[in-house]
Amino acid sequence: MKMTQSSIARRALTAAVATAALASATTAQAAENGKFRVGIVTFLSGAAAGPFGVPSAHAAETVIDALNKGQLPAPYNTKGINGMEIEAVIIDENGGATKQVEEFRNLVERQKVDAVIGYISSGDCLAISPVAEELKIPTIMYDCGTSRLFVENKAPKYVFRTGLDAVVDNVGAARYLADTRPKMASFAGIQQNYAWGQDSWVDFVEAMKHVKPTAKVAAEQFPKIFQGQYGAEISALSVAKPDVIHSSFWGGDMEALVLQGGARGLYDGKTLVLTCGETGIERYKGQAPNGTVIGGRGPFGAFAPKNALSDWLRTAYRAKWSDEPIYPSFKMAQAILALKTAVEKAAPAGKQPSSDQIVAAMTGITFESPSGTVKMARASGHQAMQGIAYGEYHYESGRAVLKNVKSYADTCVTPPDGTNGQEWIKAGMPGAKCD
Amino acid sequence: MTTLLAILVDGSIYASWLFLVAAGLTVIYGVMRILNMAHGSFYAIGAYSAASLVGWWFTGVGGNPYVSYLLLVGAALVSGLVVGLVVEFALLRRMYGKDEILMVIITYALLLILEDAVKLVWGVDPYFTYQPYSLMGRSTFGGLTFAIYDLGLVGVSLAIGISLWLILNKTHKGKLLRAVIHDREVAVAMGVNVKAMFAVTFAVGATLGALAGALTAPAISVSPGIGVEVIVLAFAVVVVGGMGSIGGAAAGAVLVGLTRAMAVHLAPELELFVIYSVMSLVLAVRPQGLFGRTLVRKI
Repeated sequence: MKMTQSSIARRALTAAVATAALASATTAQAAENGKFRVGIVTFLSGAAAGPFGVPSAHAAETVIDALNKGQLPAPYNTKGINGMEIEAVIIDENGGATKQVEEFRNLVERQKVDAVIGYISSGDCLAISPVAEELKIPTIMYDCGTSRLFVENKAPKYVFRTGLDAVVDNVGAARYLADTRPKMASFAGIQQNYAWGQDSWVDFVEAMKHVKPTAKVAAEQFPKIFQGQYGAEISALSVAKPDVIHSSFWGGDMEALVLQGGARGLYDGKTLVLTCGETGIERYKGQAPNGTVIGGRGPFGAFAPKNALSDWLRTAYRAKWSDEPIYPSFKMAQAILALKTAVEKAAPAGKQPSSDQIVAAMTGITFESPSGTVKMARASGHQAMQGIAYGEYHYESGRAVLKNVKSYADTCVTPPDGTNGQEWIKAGMPGAKCD
Repeated sequence: MTTLLAILVDGSIYASWLFLVAAGLTVIYGVMRILNMAHGSFYAIGAYSAASLVGWWFTGVGGNPYVSYLLLVGAALVSGLVVGLVVEFALLRRMYGKDEILMVIITYALLLILEDAVKLVWGVDPYFTYQPYSLMGRSTFGGLTFAIYDLGLVGVSLAIGISLWLILNKTHKGKLLRAVIHDREVAVAMGVNVKAMFAVTFAVGATLGALAGALTAPAISVSPGIGVEVIVLAFAVVVVGGMGSIGGAAAGAVLVGLTRAMAVHLAPELELFVIYSVMSLVLAVRPQGLFGRTLVRKI
C-alpha cells in the first residue's frame, strides 16, 4: 500500500514537471491556440504535499481530463470549458510567499493563463490576493482558510474563495461537542505554534464560551510546527486530565500526535477532536481511538453528501490513483467546477470571455459541486458559503467508518457578511441560525 | 510531584533522542573538523529506509513483528554506511584541507541534493510505520503512562554513548583517532593513515545519523523535510556541549532536554524560546561550549 502511494506521488511529480515544461515551451496565448489555460498551484513538495497538495493535484488532473472528454455527470457533461479544451499548468506551492508571487506573475505574464486556481497556505493566499487584483486575472483560492483574506481585500474583484473560512471549522467543532458531549467539564488544546494553530485555538475557545460556557480550559500546548516528538506535551495533557483534547494539527504532525498519544493512553476516557482529521481517515489504521471526532473543513471528502458528482469523483479518482479522494481533492474539484460554471455563464459556447466577464459571472454565482450546492454568498459574492459536518472515526473489521455524523447549516457556523470572524464569535455569534 | 516526575522522564526521553541525533554530528566534527549540514539528510534517509522496510515487513510479508526491530537497525546500518562511504569517497575526499566555512557550504549543498533525492526515491506522501512503536506497549508509574519504546530509547542512547566513549578511550583505534583529533599533521608524520580514519569516521557518523532516523521513524510520520528540522536542534545540542565532544553532546542533550520539558510543563509559551536561550547563555559564558577545547591556531 505504501509503495503504491509513493509511486503515485512520484507520478504526480513527474506529471507536474512534464506539464510545466510543456507549458513553458508553448507560451502562445491561450485564446490563440483555442484552449483555456488554467494555472493550478498546490504543494508538490514539502510537508503539505502528501496530505493536501498531491491529493489536490490528483483531483485536478482527474477532473480536467474528464471535463476535456465530457465525462462528468450533468450539469458538467459538456466538453472542456465553454467548448474549449482545458490546459493545466501545475506549479509547486512550496517555497514561501515571495516565490509564489513571482510564480503567479510568471503564470499570468509568460504562461498567459486565463485563470488561476490554487493556494493551501494562508500566507500565500494573502500575498497573492493583491497581485491578482493588480494583474486582473480571475483567481480562485481553493483551500486556504485565513479569515483575513477578505478583511484585507475589502473590495475584491478578481479574487474568489470556494473553500471555507477556518472560523467555520472551530465553530462547527464546538457545536458538535456541545451537542454530543453535554457532560464535558473541561477541554485542552495542542496546536502548531504558528498563525493557523493559534487562530484555530482562539476560535475554538471563544466558541466554547458560548455553546458550552461551563466547560473550562484545562491546558494548552503550542509545540513548534513539524516538531514530530510530543512526549512532554502528552504528559502535560495527561496531568491536566481534560474531557476533550482539541487539535488543529495536520499532516505528519497530526499522525504522530495520534500515534504517540494513543501509545501512552492519553485518549483513554477522553475525546480527541481533530479539525483536519479527515485527511488521515484511510491512514490511521486503528491507531486513532474509536470515537475520535474528525472534521473535513466543510462538507468535503468523507463528509461529502451522496450525489452524482461525489459518486463520480470517488469512482474516477479511485480508478486513476488507487486511493480515496480526501477533502483537499474535493475542494480542488469544487474550484474547477466553479470556474467552468462562471466561464460558461460569461460567454456564448465556444467563445473566450474576457477576465472581467468571467469575474462578473462568478460573483455571487450558485453552482453544483461534489459537496452539494455552493453559493458564493459572502464577501460581496466572492466567498463560498457552506455548512460543515463532524463525525466520529471508528475502525471496524479493517475499515474506517464514520459514525454519529452531524451537519451544521451554513447560517449556523458562518459569520455574517462584512464581519470579522473572531469578533463575531466573541460577540456570541449573533444572527447564527441553527435548526 | 507528578509534574516533577513527568519533567524528569520526558526530559530524559527527549535528551536521549537529541543525543542520538547529535552524536554522529559531533563525531564527524571532532575528527574531521567538518560541520556536516548533510547530517539531517542521513537522519531522513535512515528514517525512510527503516519505514519502508518495516512497512514492507508488516504489510507485504506479514512476518514475526519482533523482527521489525532488527530491520530498523539493519536499515540504518546499510543505508548509513552506503550513503556515508559514497559521499566521503565521491565528494568530501576531494575537499579535505579546505576552509571550514567552505565545507559548511559544500555539505549544505549536499543536504539540498539529498533532500531532493529522498523525494525522488520515496515521494512526498508521509510514511506511517507505527507497529514497532505500539508493539512494546506502555508502562504506568507515578500516575503517568509512558510508551516502553520511548523508555527503550534512553537505554539505546546510553549504550551508544558508552560504546563511543569506550572506543575512543580504551581501544587502539580510538587512540589513533584521538591523535588525529589533537594534531592531524603530527598524526600523519607518525604514520597514521588519516585518509582511512576519515572515511571510517564519516561512515560511522552517517550511520549514527541514519540510526537516529530509523529509531525515530516508528514514533512519527516520516515526511519530507524531517532532516532539515532535526539539523537545527542537533546543532544547538552540539554547540551547547562543545563541538566535537561526545561527553559534551550528552551534556548538551540532557541540558536542552530537561529545560524544554520544564518549559512544556510549567510555561508552555516559552517552549521554543528556552532551547535557544540555553544555547545563548552557554555561549555567552563559554564560547567553546561546555566541554569544548579552546583551539590554538597554527601559523
